[in-house]
Amino acid sequence: MRSEYKLIFERSHEGRRAYDLPKCDAPDAMNEIPECFRAESELALPELGEVDLVRHFTNLSRRNFGVDNGFYPLGSCTMKYNPKINEELAPMFDDVHPLLEPEMAQGCLALMADMEHMLCEICGMDAFTLQPAAGAHGELTGLMHIRAYHEHRGDFERKVMIVPDAAHGTNPASAAMAGFKVKEIKSAPDGGVDLDALRAAVGPDTAGLMLTNPSTLGLFERNIKEIAKIVHEAGGLLYYDGANLNAIMGIVRPGDMGFDVMHINLHKTFSTPHGGGGPGSGPVGVKSHLIPFMPVPRIEQKDDMLVLNYDKPDSIGKIKSFYGNFGVIAKAYCYIRSLGGEGLKEASENAVLNANYVMNKLRGIYDIPHDRTCMHECVVTPTEEMMKNEIHTSDIAKALIDRGYHPPTIYFPLIVHEAMMIEPTETESRETLDEFVEAMRGIAEQVKTDAAAIHAAPVTTPVGRPDEVTAARKPIVKYEEE
Amino acid sequence: MVPNDRKYTRDHEWVMVEGSIAKMGITAHAAEALGDIVYVELPAVGDETTAGESYCVVESVKASSSVFSAVTGTVVEVNEELDGAPEMLNEDAFGNFIAAVEFTEINEAELMDAEEYEKFCEEEA
Amino acid sequence: MKSYVPNTEKERLEMLAEIGMSSMDDLFTDIPADLKLDRKLDLPDPMSESELRDLIRGFVYLNEEGGPLFRGAGAYRHYTPSVVPQLAMRSEFYTAYTPYQAEMSQGMLQSLFEYQTVICRLTGLDAANASVYDGATAAAESMLMLRDNKRKKKILYAESLNPDVITVMHTYAHCAGLELFKIPMTDKGTADIAAIEANMEGAAGYIGATPNYFGNIEPMDKIAEAVHAKGGLLVAYVNPITLGVLKRPADYGADIAIGDGQPLGLPLAFGGPYVGFMAATKKLMRNLPGRIAGETRDAEGNRVFVLTLQAREQHIRREMAASNICSNQMLCAIMASMYCCVMGPKGMREVGEQNVAKAHLLAKKLCEIEGVKLRFPETPFFNEFVIDVPCADDINKALMNYSITGGLVLPDGGMLWCATEMNSVDEFDFVCDIIQDTVDSMGGEE
Repeated sequence: MRSEYKLIFERSHEGRRAYDLPKCDAPDAMNEIPECFRAESELALPELGEVDLVRHFTNLSRRNFGVDNGFYPLGSCTMKYNPKINEELAPMFDDVHPLLEPEMAQGCLALMADMEHMLCEICGMDAFTLQPAAGAHGELTGLMHIRAYHEHRGDFERKVMIVPDAAHGTNPASAAMAGFKVKEIKSAPDGGVDLDALRAAVGPDTAGLMLTNPSTLGLFERNIKEIAKIVHEAGGLLYYDGANLNAIMGIVRPGDMGFDVMHINLHKTFSTPHGGGGPGSGPVGVKSHLIPFMPVPRIEQKDDMLVLNYDKPDSIGKIKSFYGNFGVIAKAYCYIRSLGGEGLKEASENAVLNANYVMNKLRGIYDIPHDRTCMHECVVTPTEEMMKNEIHTSDIAKALIDRGYHPPTIYFPLIVHEAMMIEPTETESRETLDEFVEAMRGIAEQVKTDAAAIHAAPVTTPVGRPDEVTAARKPIVKYEEE
Repeated sequence: MVPNDRKYTRDHEWVMVEGSIAKMGITAHAAEALGDIVYVELPAVGDETTAGESYCVVESVKASSSVFSAVTGTVVEVNEELDGAPEMLNEDAFGNFIAAVEFTEINEAELMDAEEYEKFCEEEA
Repeated sequence: MKSYVPNTEKERLEMLAEIGMSSMDDLFTDIPADLKLDRKLDLPDPMSESELRDLIRGFVYLNEEGGPLFRGAGAYRHYTPSVVPQLAMRSEFYTAYTPYQAEMSQGMLQSLFEYQTVICRLTGLDAANASVYDGATAAAESMLMLRDNKRKKKILYAESLNPDVITVMHTYAHCAGLELFKIPMTDKGTADIAAIEANMEGAAGYIGATPNYFGNIEPMDKIAEAVHAKGGLLVAYVNPITLGVLKRPADYGADIAIGDGQPLGLPLAFGGPYVGFMAATKKLMRNLPGRIAGETRDAEGNRVFVLTLQAREQHIRREMAASNICSNQMLCAIMASMYCCVMGPKGMREVGEQNVAKAHLLAKKLCEIEGVKLRFPETPFFNEFVIDVPCADDINKALMNYSITGGLVLPDGGMLWCATEMNSVDEFDFVCDIIQDTVDSMGGEE
């Protein structure tokens, strides 16, 4: 079962080739470049025939697990099915250069303008920029708006960004990058924002509050109106981390909850593939008072043409080359147009239904620290008995791998000890959920009968548990010929 | 277990004062809590430290932890060996200092002796 | 209407019943009633696949592209071997996420390890990360690396960097409280080394490109000397497709190499997704932002790849992390790596030579037109160059009539032209004829 797999560099044979290039119909001109600028040697890249290269990567892909392979309930990541049609349509724009004259790129600009409008409607915001490349990038961009807003009013004292302790790690990291001091507030026992702690935290130095709603516990923040009031009365703005938007489309909108600025992860909510870690896309939506600060260029209608306007004196600038991950935006656009408003609502309802269905079935097998109706994800933990048998969340995760599942997000949120965060998404059928629950039950049973087997998991994978300590102490981060 | 030739902070650091130099490290209790230490982000000679503020970061595979200075002053020596062998802190936390600081200020009242520190650890647990 | 929810209406009701509810609304009682949307979302009606296909085709028709392209300026049209997109479309790769569970993600982790190795070999440096969003954000992240490593807030950058890169750097620098200092370009179109020498004091380092935005190859060895003489770090922003024929960052002593990997087999796609690569010396490895794959062993001694050095990252360090990056451009990175492996050492050299050959022939032909001049005739270039012409906008309008995209018109009226292996000599002749006509007709009007 276990097997190492050669690196592509270990498959190289001098002189083999997989490339071909058009015939060069221009005379060699390398002598136009003085020798001191020229490479002294050829690059140390592998040489393979095409079939061997294709097999290398094809077989590598078989050592990987994606949504198309099976259930992938990785909490907070919304690993829903990625529709095939979108993969087929987005590449139709592959040959469009980003710096064409606008009259030559009206199709791309129209798609983007349309996308901005639709996102505004879905989120209840007044304007969107599609420039940020990922969720964390969106957070940074959104926080830059908050900073610019305060600075523009001549208020340079608002340096503190309040972040609940349940927040994604990107929240405090983005706030620090945007130049804010981070003030962490403890969550209330019910998992929500502790209103007293928030009241105590706000003041003339408050720039804003970052909030995920539903929270990373998968719970809707019932006090959202009061939270918005506290922050706004203190002069701060409210940032919405849209990582969990999949729970609420067509049901409630961040803009209506009182948020001033937000980001969306198109690769989560709007079904674009996660690409093994990217590319994503993190559009940022704002209310009208933040529009002047949006990144340039803005797409605007001028006469009968869409143009790119760079003349925005109060803009935060640019946060990425060109206009964003257009290819990803196009796929998300296709998704929204496929489903329409009713379809989006149906997606959210079923995402929430599936999460509650799973949580309900796991009750009694695992502990549920915050046992109330959840939104699109739920957080469970090993029972005390499991912990006594030295079975931790990581062991349960490894045992799930042997049963053919990608494990949930583990050890997050940090405020729940030994957390397992399960997000089934709406695209999973009832029997998939049932089978997953049975696998979870099977693991719970096995803890009692054969805990050692769980400690040994996974056994069905090409490699066993890696020695992460050595990897970090003596890092080997590239291949070197012996 | 806890050597009584030095003082301790509530953040599980130790400090050993010789003249105007304070040698600092983390306690065995801290090293154990972190698990396998994989990296020590050392300060540089010449860095200023402030009592109660971080001067070093210690990393395990899945955690990172700030190490707080017991004194205010200037780093005059760092334990470069930790750079290649961070596991030394797991093996002998009291025998391996992180940095030596020529200090201008030390808040003795905030520090505990070995007996007090042991008691503090028990209470914390 | 399209739906990706498999459960039938009946099944949904049964599931609801099982959790003690009778309708979907019961799931959302935690949401204050007055906040709920009391109407349907005002979005276009749903569509079938075939309707959607027609809709997208409509957008494609609205674009007027497809003819010969002579524009680069940060995004380049090169030949993509068909195996690259085909392999990247293996859904085990593209429908996965960050390889948190190493045992079931060896495919992605090993591909990433191979990508890091490829980037190290292109740049000659010791370590690379798993990518950032694009070249511009790589430049912005490199500023933070300089700051953290040198603990200084002053950073020099070349005026000759791509303007988008400069703008993004300024956006990030404002928030980080960094002081960016611009090194002007001489009339040769490269960095003013005397200005670097005069301003390096107190600076963490220098960020400059080669070839730069105007296509010019910079004297990086001399720049490195000037930067290192004052204890600074050199960040080289490079176009990776040049590295088969041009000196590599380590050759001239760069401490950090960054750039956009788009030329390595990624489509233009109206500006993204591309991939920002970052490589550094061993000493700076821990300052690299984002994911890094590493090699280790399992209990049986098998070679295993894992995400490593994670304690630097946002999910552990939170506000203490040097960068907030989480999702990156992994699939794009792997495509770039596949491209380099298809090309191999000889292919990378050949594609570089072809670009040099084509661009120089195009430059020569353009300069045969009266009134057209190379702006930096003494400075070597790779596949882009600036010409001065009497009437840049008119030239591009004339070319547009033939579905040809000419060089990019610069704010000062110059034109930045690009030729790659995708352009033919026939195209050059055709373009030169049109430009000749345009210049002639302008002369006539005067």
